[in-house]
Amino acid sequence: MNSALLHPVVLLLPIAVIVAFWLIAAVERRLRGTVQPGFFRRNGAAVGTYLIVAVGIWMLLLILLPQVSMLELSFRPKLPPVQMGGPRDMYTLANYRYFLFGSPDDASHWNVLHLRAFFLTITVSILVTGFDFLLCYPLAFHMAQTARPGRVRLLLLALIAPYWVNEVLRAFALRILFAGSGLLNTALLGLGAIAQPVDFLGLNIGLYVGLSYAYLLLMIFPLYSAIESLPHEQIEAARDLGAPWWRIHRDIVVPFAKPGIASGCTLVFMLSAGALATPLILSGPRSLWFTPVVYDRFYQAFNWPQGAAYAFILLLTCVAFVLMVLRLSRLSLGEMTR
Amino acid sequence: MTAAVELDRVSVRFGDFTAVADVGIDIEAGEFFSFLGPSGCGKTTILRAISGFVPLSTGAVRIGGRDMAGIGPNQRPTALIFQSLALFPMMTVAENIGYGLRVRGVPRRTRAERVARLLALIALEGEGDKRVEALSGGQRQRVAIARALAVEPQVLLLDEPLSALDLKLRQHMRNELRAIQRRVGLTFIYITHDQGEALTMSDRIAVMRAGRIEQVGDGRSIYEAPQTAFVAGFVGESNALRGDVVQTADGEALVETPVGRLRGRNPRQLQAGDAALLFVRPEFVQPGLSADNECDAEAADFTYEGSITHVTFRAAGGTKLLAQIGAAARQAVPAPGARVRLGFAARDAVALPP
Amino acid sequence: MNAVALPRALLALYLAAFFLFLFGPLLVMAVTAFNISAYPQVLPFAGFTLHWFADLPRDDDLMLGLGNSLRIGAMVVVLSVPLGLAGALLMHQVHARARALYYLVTVSPVLTPGIIIGIATVIFWRDLTGMTHTRFLYDGILLTVLGQSSFIAAYCMLIFTARLQRFDPALAEAALDLGASRTQVFAHILLPFLRPAVLSAAALAFLSSFENYNTTTFSILADKTLTTVLAGRVRQGTTPALSALAVAIVAVSVLGAVAYEVLRRHEEGRRAAAQRVAREAERQEMQSAAQPA
Repeated sequence: MNSALLHPVVLLLPIAVIVAFWLIAAVERRLRGTVQPGFFRRNGAAVGTYLIVAVGIWMLLLILLPQVSMLELSFRPKLPPVQMGGPRDMYTLANYRYFLFGSPDDASHWNVLHLRAFFLTITVSILVTGFDFLLCYPLAFHMAQTARPGRVRLLLLALIAPYWVNEVLRAFALRILFAGSGLLNTALLGLGAIAQPVDFLGLNIGLYVGLSYAYLLLMIFPLYSAIESLPHEQIEAARDLGAPWWRIHRDIVVPFAKPGIASGCTLVFMLSAGALATPLILSGPRSLWFTPVVYDRFYQAFNWPQGAAYAFILLLTCVAFVLMVLRLSRLSLGEMTR
Repeated sequence: MTAAVELDRVSVRFGDFTAVADVGIDIEAGEFFSFLGPSGCGKTTILRAISGFVPLSTGAVRIGGRDMAGIGPNQRPTALIFQSLALFPMMTVAENIGYGLRVRGVPRRTRAERVARLLALIALEGEGDKRVEALSGGQRQRVAIARALAVEPQVLLLDEPLSALDLKLRQHMRNELRAIQRRVGLTFIYITHDQGEALTMSDRIAVMRAGRIEQVGDGRSIYEAPQTAFVAGFVGESNALRGDVVQTADGEALVETPVGRLRGRNPRQLQAGDAALLFVRPEFVQPGLSADNECDAEAADFTYEGSITHVTFRAAGGTKLLAQIGAAARQAVPAPGARVRLGFAARDAVALPP
Repeated sequence: MNAVALPRALLALYLAAFFLFLFGPLLVMAVTAFNISAYPQVLPFAGFTLHWFADLPRDDDLMLGLGNSLRIGAMVVVLSVPLGLAGALLMHQVHARARALYYLVTVSPVLTPGIIIGIATVIFWRDLTGMTHTRFLYDGILLTVLGQSSFIAAYCMLIFTARLQRFDPALAEAALDLGASRTQVFAHILLPFLRPAVLSAAALAFLSSFENYNTTTFSILADKTLTTVLAGRVRQGTTPALSALAVAIVAVSVLGAVAYEVLRRHEEGRRAAAQRVAREAERQEMQSAAQPA
């Protein structure tokens, strides 16, 4: 299949799908015989046009078409510009094969470097998500249920303020803290706990702490707002019935706060797995996070099709994680992102 | 004279559900007309069809003789007062009242004068700069009326506007609404499920049930001469006795009921052998009254309400009969458990098809 | 220790640890910005200085990045707030069965890693501008605005959807009934009702754009923003000048957040005052209604 010919066709796909959906809806409306005024009569010509144009631009030009072209590029070979559209421009799985075997045609060795980075990223992101949940849950519960209103306002303010410090700066702050002559080493040396400075960054401790630190607040706010809507009487009723504290949390608070927990976990996982600044700044020379690998496909190897394939693999992983969270928590996407 | 609002065989269907079925009625200019019915009977849909928010499935709405088909709510000569009042929270009182004039392009100066006059009409002079949030329930009510009157509609439509108010205030506002209507001389179409409101304010009432009009008439005829079992049961309290017609004569029917043979008016020309419900209002049922209809019963339950006493009697076959005894006749209230003979006149009872 | 004191002590310990973790690194960074020492460190504190701050405006790269960041932020606000608003308004009108899909597509950028959005944006616009011979549109600043807007518009949409849930449709109907056109309803009723949400969305859009790194680092191409300059410098090595810059940025964001909070409280105060007036009027009204006519 020559990709140059199909390229425009692929880009028209999302448009075709939207038109098809619109037609189905129109036919269904006709069949059910409801006499609601049409879209433009309901919104007026000016506002109706604005809605259609704005959502059309957003959905097509900013969301769907970029993703589709990335996917399409990931199936194309890397070619010098003169050969593009030529006979060698055929759809291929070579870029995905490279991810697995480190070579487009030899399948005898695994691509250990990239696969290790990929699985390390997934594993560490899951661990970071779990750690952040454990760290944030008690505070969220305290603010939502047991703290006095004045204190809640104070705590919220204290949480919102650092929320706006950007990822690069947070990583930078930790780098200062963890540096060979940083405050942590100075303090530990001074206390006599260690004899020589510890290479926190080289050991990747800096990276793990940095990731946990960076997305902490994206866990706490969904948790807080979910637990806050739980009527306090339910907890009191359970306590009244003699439930021990851990059962109150297991049987009442956690099931109730499920949407908040799900959205907090999804956000933290997605941001950790997709983090770029934190690993670039805080990881030691030996470790390889997956996103810098993707980055290097583009700007070190200059192999864009391969980079697109790697990006798509990362996207699939995140989609799989969201689906898994939804399945585990038995929620719909709408409930989770509320 | 043409009717102010003409509903010509109007039906409104939502998918498979028929909200309004074949309603035809003429509402006269200057009339205070109410649609009365339980919730879900289609009365709000009628109002929304008149104001243009709900398209008709069949039939026509004519206002001042003009067919409203294809005319949007913003071009109809009607003004609607919403159940929630729907005052604009982002505007002041004066801006709310003047809004209809503003979108009509009325110059600022003229607008200010008209708004000031309306503020005077609703006794809120000088309060025009207040935020809507700073108004009491009754004041909001009056602002909503003034806002609707400002556009000088031919017809004012009111969708249970008093339902959010406290009971005392509601009664007060009934009088005020009626007074405003008399003063401005507009056609008012009023929607309510509260029969008290409908009876006290309306020139005419249409009682609705399941999308259809059961009966149209002034308050007196609705209350005293119900034409259907639903109207008799829904408007005011009634005793309903189930039975079969055994004989008819002179516009009256004799009905065989569990408590005996009773006579009542027969407006629907029931024939001997037809099933019937005989309705009689509690205020006409009196102990010890010798009348066309009499039966034995035992006083079972009492509710004292000051001006009247409600007594529940148990008659033959476990049939319950409710009587209301006015304070002037309080010596007629029987002792608990006493057996008495109840009587009511045939002209106060009505036999209707069930 | 009694039964209440122990949990309390644990709670206090936990809170202290949590906020030490949260603020500790930022405070350390802040202190290094004022230390004369040429390497960013707290100890030894060689002496207090402000010259790291004074040097900032002379750094051409930083200033260029800052200018670009501000321009991009402004353009993102102008683009993504209307997009998000349209997205939210259309949400209710999409046919019930298609609504789940509509929601999935519009919210998906929030759940997509930023670098993927950046990559996809660059690939698509490279192709599109190549095919349509509009290469001049293949510009780092423009691509960044487009890439960031794809997910920032989704944030805005979520803000608008939340606010719209409290909108009484009768308000729009009342305006229509009084003779307003659909466009007037939008301008006079809906937009003023959404004003607080528009302000929140604009603030969120600007801040999200300003601090964004993951998408920007791809879509900015050969240009630079403050964040990409910053990241490049940090990778080369840390200096107190960066601490100073960080302190300045944090200070501005915190000031902004505080100003926003103050404005919000002020608005709430006005509403509370109006409600007090309403309650008083209500009381008087009940009295007069209770009196015999």
